[in-house]
Amino acid sequence: MEQASTSETLIMKYAYYPGCSLHSTAREYDHSTREVCEALGIELKEIPDWNCCGASSAHSLDHDLGVALPLRNLAIAERMGMDVIAPCAACFSRLKSADAAVKDDADLLAKMKDQAGIEYNGSIQVQSLLSAIYAMGDDAIKSRVKKPLQGLKVACYYGCLLLRPAGVSPFDDPENPVSLDRIMADLGAEPVEWPYKNECCGASLSLSKPEIVVKLTRDILSMAKKAGANCLVTACPLCQGNLDMRQPDIASKYGEKYDMPIFYFTQLMGLAFGLRNEGLGIRQLMVDPVPLLAEIGIHA
Amino acid sequence: MARVGVFVCWCGSNIAKMVDVEKVAEVAKTFPNVAYSTNYKYMCSEPGQNLVKDAIAEHKLDRIVIASCSPRLHEPTFRRCISEAGLNPFFLEMANIREHCSWVHEDRDEATAKAIDLTAMAVAKAARNEPLFTQEIPLTKKALVIGGGIAGIQAALDIADSGYQVWLVEKTPSIGGRMAQYDKTFPTLDCAACILTPKMVDAASHPNIKILTYSEVENVSGFIGNFDVTIRKKARSVDMDKCTGCGVCYSKCPVKLPSEFDCGLGQRRAIYVPFPQAVPNVPVIDRDNCRWFKDGKCGACAKICPSQAVDYSLEDEVITERFGAIVAATGFQPWDPSAYGNLGYGKYPDVITSLQFERLFNASGPTEGKLVRPSDHQPPKNVVFISCIGSRDEEHGYPYCSKVCCMYNAKHALLLKEKVHDAQAYVFYMDIRANGKGYEEFTRRAIEKYGAHYLRGRVSRVFQVGDKLIVRGVDTLAGKPVEIEADMVVLASAMEAQPDAKNLARKLGISTDEYNWFSEAHPKLKPVECLTGGIYLAGACQYPKDIPDSVAQASGAAAKVVVLFSKPSLESEPTVAEVNETTCVGCQLCKEICPYTAIEPKTIFDRSGNPVKTVASVNEGLCHGCGTCVAGCRSSSIQLKGFKDDQLLAELDALAFAEID
Repeated sequence: MEQASTSETLIMKYAYYPGCSLHSTAREYDHSTREVCEALGIELKEIPDWNCCGASSAHSLDHDLGVALPLRNLAIAERMGMDVIAPCAACFSRLKSADAAVKDDADLLAKMKDQAGIEYNGSIQVQSLLSAIYAMGDDAIKSRVKKPLQGLKVACYYGCLLLRPAGVSPFDDPENPVSLDRIMADLGAEPVEWPYKNECCGASLSLSKPEIVVKLTRDILSMAKKAGANCLVTACPLCQGNLDMRQPDIASKYGEKYDMPIFYFTQLMGLAFGLRNEGLGIRQLMVDPVPLLAEIGIHA
Repeated sequence: MARVGVFVCWCGSNIAKMVDVEKVAEVAKTFPNVAYSTNYKYMCSEPGQNLVKDAIAEHKLDRIVIASCSPRLHEPTFRRCISEAGLNPFFLEMANIREHCSWVHEDRDEATAKAIDLTAMAVAKAARNEPLFTQEIPLTKKALVIGGGIAGIQAALDIADSGYQVWLVEKTPSIGGRMAQYDKTFPTLDCAACILTPKMVDAASHPNIKILTYSEVENVSGFIGNFDVTIRKKARSVDMDKCTGCGVCYSKCPVKLPSEFDCGLGQRRAIYVPFPQAVPNVPVIDRDNCRWFKDGKCGACAKICPSQAVDYSLEDEVITERFGAIVAATGFQPWDPSAYGNLGYGKYPDVITSLQFERLFNASGPTEGKLVRPSDHQPPKNVVFISCIGSRDEEHGYPYCSKVCCMYNAKHALLLKEKVHDAQAYVFYMDIRANGKGYEEFTRRAIEKYGAHYLRGRVSRVFQVGDKLIVRGVDTLAGKPVEIEADMVVLASAMEAQPDAKNLARKLGISTDEYNWFSEAHPKLKPVECLTGGIYLAGACQYPKDIPDSVAQASGAAAKVVVLFSKPSLESEPTVAEVNETTCVGCQLCKEICPYTAIEPKTIFDRSGNPVKTVASVNEGLCHGCGTCVAGCRSSSIQLKGFKDDQLLAELDALAFAEID
């Protein structure tokens, strides 16, 4: 059995950092991630005793704390001997930034050890789930598609943090990203050409200035509709939540009803791979995607 | 016993502020061999030099130490000075108490102590300096100009008009360069072709100029006065003597390709002249795309040519020629703005570069001068010009300013209004840099008379909605975000060094800066010379330049060549390596490590002609005096004249002595 180690059978192991969203509001992202990774031959080992990535306020209030929080998670992953995957864009950004900060600054690394007791050697890499899957290449995805998503016109929405800061997250062009579009095309869906791929959704103002968020999400949805999309796909729980849940507010404020399903890219991958619907959390979305999926012959 | 004179310079306040020059001069009097010592405010000035000359006569000085600045600029000055006073010019020694001392220190006492040490070292060496003599080298009074743009053409014409032979080598099929692509020129709005093409024709018909188009410099060896240059004349596939330039061949060629000259907006054939006024007006076959060369079929051009000029069997020709001087005038290339993912260049057909916009204007361009959008061939109404695309932007491009964009933006804004009367120009800028003769006035004209709307700020995003391009940016003066519905977006992309600049620099033995622009010998006082003698710079190969600057520099480079050629022969630097043939064992290690291939083996014969032994021998014409061989020689048989071991050790002794003191 010499041929056992082809890419088909090679199991990739990653330390999995779900972060708070994927254990709560974005549980369907967590579930669909696990299902799709299993199908792709990616083994995820959740980092034991993981803590907050510091995304919400830590990094803007205290730089050292903003590094220490994510770094502790990386240190545990390093002891596991695995590279880290983070599906949430905000978690990824924090983990990647902390990794870059200490790899660039030996004094900071020493400080982390002295003051927070974090021993990290920088021997592992941090990836977003999107970049890890994108790196597998078109064939790895295409070859697993059982139900092509023909008829699905997808606006691929990358948001802000997934591709930033540009210096430390170079897997795609932050101003003109294509990775998600490529994956959608591999699944048989039609990614629409549209300009708001990385327009701000306003997630950081969700609690403080919701009226701005309503406008921003409405702009995004209206542009997606104008571009001919019948759904939107994201790789970020904050984007997804914002775009999915604000649609009633948009309707009441602007009198515009979009009813546009907002998917996680893992959910669409799972559907195309023919995985169990329950595991993908399709029915947990606020805007019901079932009618749209039925239109294209997928009964979820 | 040498009689050393020490002259300590204040350099105004440059040295005197941080170094007690009077004390240095006073202490110097106590150094061995010093017969006279003084200080003066500007030693390089005429009274300063006279002071040196008078002291030489009065005190019978035979070695001179000038404690002043770096020898880089004024060593020749003072060598000339003492030579006029009757001394061998190499009896001069300079102590650098400015760059190495006053400019870099903050403690006056310590700086003074260091200046004293440096002067002591120079005195010790000067006392051991030997007379050195220059040698005559023959000079080939023929110049090579590399690059046939406006700078190269101007340099070639000026040198040729002075009566010297010039070869003008151009990589592309025609001379003319970037300027041939422009429609009008700022700030006078002269038609570029009207002022350029007569010069192209002048160059072509000048009896002293030989033009080699579709040719590249392959190798350069030799040195100032005698460069041996190998030039590859690429196979044109058209016999230049037979071709009449009738143009039938390219009208019948079935292959259509994007035209480089029209920046991809127009088409050319596989056999083509790049533009109608090309010089020479002889087509060339693009062999990579020609059907005959790709699959041996077609042959239409050869069949149709009335003068049987098309010849598929022509081959590359390699020529070697000797030149006395070389002018590099290889220009720039426009930077590719695709790196700005947010601006949609390459994605939206109506987002174009300024050079493409120029071609859309040009009567010989792809639209015959009708300004229309590439997408639907309709005249644009709102056109947004964005400055500093790849310039002054380290994240995407280069930190430098490309210098010409502000002006061509103003020109385009103005010409837009002339071509399409109801059009509106918007110009996003960071700063308006209109620093040339008539430039500021020109920009004001575009704004005030032609109503160009200038917005100070950057553009965050360009995207298409329907047939409009939405340009989102910020007006920092109003403090507000702005959104413009545009028909066309024009990106002022940066000027960058030619892709093969580094390669050519290596061949020429000249240096480049971090962006691959060719380096001048001195940014202020030697702006057209390279550090390598006999090589001069003209135009934008050195740094972004507009046409007036390029032409001025080209004439400057030509003048430098003419100055060189006006001498009957050249003098060699005498500070070269010298082999002691008695102790040399002929191991030839020095030959291996010499960076200038200046060392060759030499056989020594006895009186009856029998070989005795082989030693190393230095070609003084090629030796740069770098000293690598001296350091490498295992039997200490090579010495560098002017920097011999005993001279350098004397300096160290002086320093050690001063330390103990």
